[in-house]
Amino acid sequence: MPPSTDYVERAVDLWANRHESASPDSEERLHVYRRHVLLKYAFIGASIAAAFLVAGYALTIGDYSIEFWDTYGIIWDYITGNGTGSTAEFVVMTYRAPRVVTGIVAGIGLGATGAVMQAILRNPLADPYTTGISSGASFGATLALGMGISLASASYAVVANAFVFALVPMVVIILVSKMKSSSPATMIMAGIAVMYIFNACSTMIKLWSDEETISSIFAWSVGSIDSTSWTNVAIMLVVTVVGIASLQLLSRRLNVLSTGDESARCMGVNAGQLRIVSLLIVSLVAAAIVSFTGLIGFVGLVCPHIARMVIGSDSRYLIPASAAFGAALLLVADTLGRVIIAPAVIQVGVITAFIGAPLFLYLIVKQKKEAWG
Amino acid sequence: MSIIEVEGLSFGYSSEREVIRNVSFRIEEPSFVCIVGPNGVGKSTLIRCMNGLVSPTEGRVRIFGRDVSDYSPKELARTMSYVPVMTSDFNVLTVLDTVLIGRYAHQRWRTTDEDIEVAYKALEAMEIGDLSMRNFNELSAGQHQKVSLARGLVQEPRVLILDEPTSNLDVRHQMYVSAFLRLLVRKTGMTVIMVSHDLNLSSKFADKIIVMSPPGILYGMGEPKDVITERMIEDVYKVECDIVDDHGVPHVMLQSVVPDG
Repeated sequence: MPPSTDYVERAVDLWANRHESASPDSEERLHVYRRHVLLKYAFIGASIAAAFLVAGYALTIGDYSIEFWDTYGIIWDYITGNGTGSTAEFVVMTYRAPRVVTGIVAGIGLGATGAVMQAILRNPLADPYTTGISSGASFGATLALGMGISLASASYAVVANAFVFALVPMVVIILVSKMKSSSPATMIMAGIAVMYIFNACSTMIKLWSDEETISSIFAWSVGSIDSTSWTNVAIMLVVTVVGIASLQLLSRRLNVLSTGDESARCMGVNAGQLRIVSLLIVSLVAAAIVSFTGLIGFVGLVCPHIARMVIGSDSRYLIPASAAFGAALLLVADTLGRVIIAPAVIQVGVITAFIGAPLFLYLIVKQKKEAWG
Repeated sequence: MSIIEVEGLSFGYSSEREVIRNVSFRIEEPSFVCIVGPNGVGKSTLIRCMNGLVSPTEGRVRIFGRDVSDYSPKELARTMSYVPVMTSDFNVLTVLDTVLIGRYAHQRWRTTDEDIEVAYKALEAMEIGDLSMRNFNELSAGQHQKVSLARGLVQEPRVLILDEPTSNLDVRHQMYVSAFLRLLVRKTGMTVIMVSHDLNLSSKFADKIIVMSPPGILYGMGEPKDVITERMIEDVYKVECDIVDDHGVPHVMLQSVVPDG
């Protein structure tokens, strides 16, 4: 044994008696850890507050003038059954609120699913685009609009097609994951391969379509949160809330999975099973949103990235943080799109790309090695 | 009842590519066991079979008398921890959060004060308590190894399996970690199984050494003085050496390479 045995022995004794005696620094350590956790809650709280304020402002935009603080009062009175039936209430509850709530729900869903996709595929570029979900939805919509082939009746023709085809890449990814030599990298490559196939199919349909059809396909594909009804909002809301609640329940396991598949199995988590269950949930949520809103890029990519930079990768906090930040970002983007060149409107999908892409570039340049290893 | 019983274990990625062949041994009492052998001889595959990560093509592994495949994932995690070395990735976690992940098998939902205390003590045991709130990605390869070890410790297993845990450490920290693990076995009754390329470190600290030899067979198992011999090193590593006595422990002094085959 080496001569420094006494020194090592003290360290082993300290470890061996870890449950019997508290360290003199215990209180200080707990204080440091709690402060660390508080920062995460503060970010989530700040994002919710930002979304709340932007939502209030978004409700004031339009021909009929409504004061900022009045918007909250109108909604509160309506929800609590004290609605007055005023014109302002009619305008807010019929036209403006569905759009704002759609923005919140879509932002929550895309932000949270982006965070989970990146965690389970262990790739910072994973989002509904790179996993093929968006291109699947786009093909489904193109099939309905361009060729009239749909799985549902006229009013839900596009939505149903978009939803069903958005799930196809997930099926392919899960089949690939069952292969013996598969890894998160092969799964994301499978998603990208499916994306190219769907894009090629969509292009072929567009080549055979007339100008009017191409125009309607284009209008769908540019993500937008207008022209939604409360029924659509309710469907999106239920799928998103149930989906994200389930993902939150899995968040501790997702943390374990982030250490690697073998490591996760040795810590008591079945990595393959968890990845499939999580992928199934995120695909359902993302498909439900994309099928109603069209393609809204960068929210699922950028929001988890920013949230991760501020509060770290602990999925227990990253999922709600990405969701709250996603809601705030999507509402800001939609509001900007409506005021920049008013009365003309720039669709939210265009604005999120305009904000998201430079922001993302800035972040990856600034972060360099820290973010990418 | 044996702690670990490996019986007629074979594993191959295909029938032509058998990595380990008919390996059998027992670990009867808490001890510090090093697995040594040249590159590609199946050391890591052997420990992956032992902790149930891969299923052997033949043979069986029993942990405390039960087949490893009979354990539930969480039960196995509380019994046996395997520590592959973690490296940087896009995740952003403090060192403390990284170590706390190892508490999964003991936790319900929230991180308790006890979890935090145990994680801090594991970091102190690895002499990296001062790094607790640093970003894991900012650390050196050697510090990553110590964080990995701390994460293995907080899992509080009865058997700790390590794959080259000292490969990136300087000599001082190699000595510290090896001495720590040896004393841990003595004082807590834990069994530590470690894959290593360092024959002298293994010889100095291990209670028993398992020698794997091409083509994936067990060459021998025993106390260092019985296993670390000039003959073994020439047979297994194709290297000529002199063995000198270092306070009753064999110390290898490498001399020259013997033509392979």
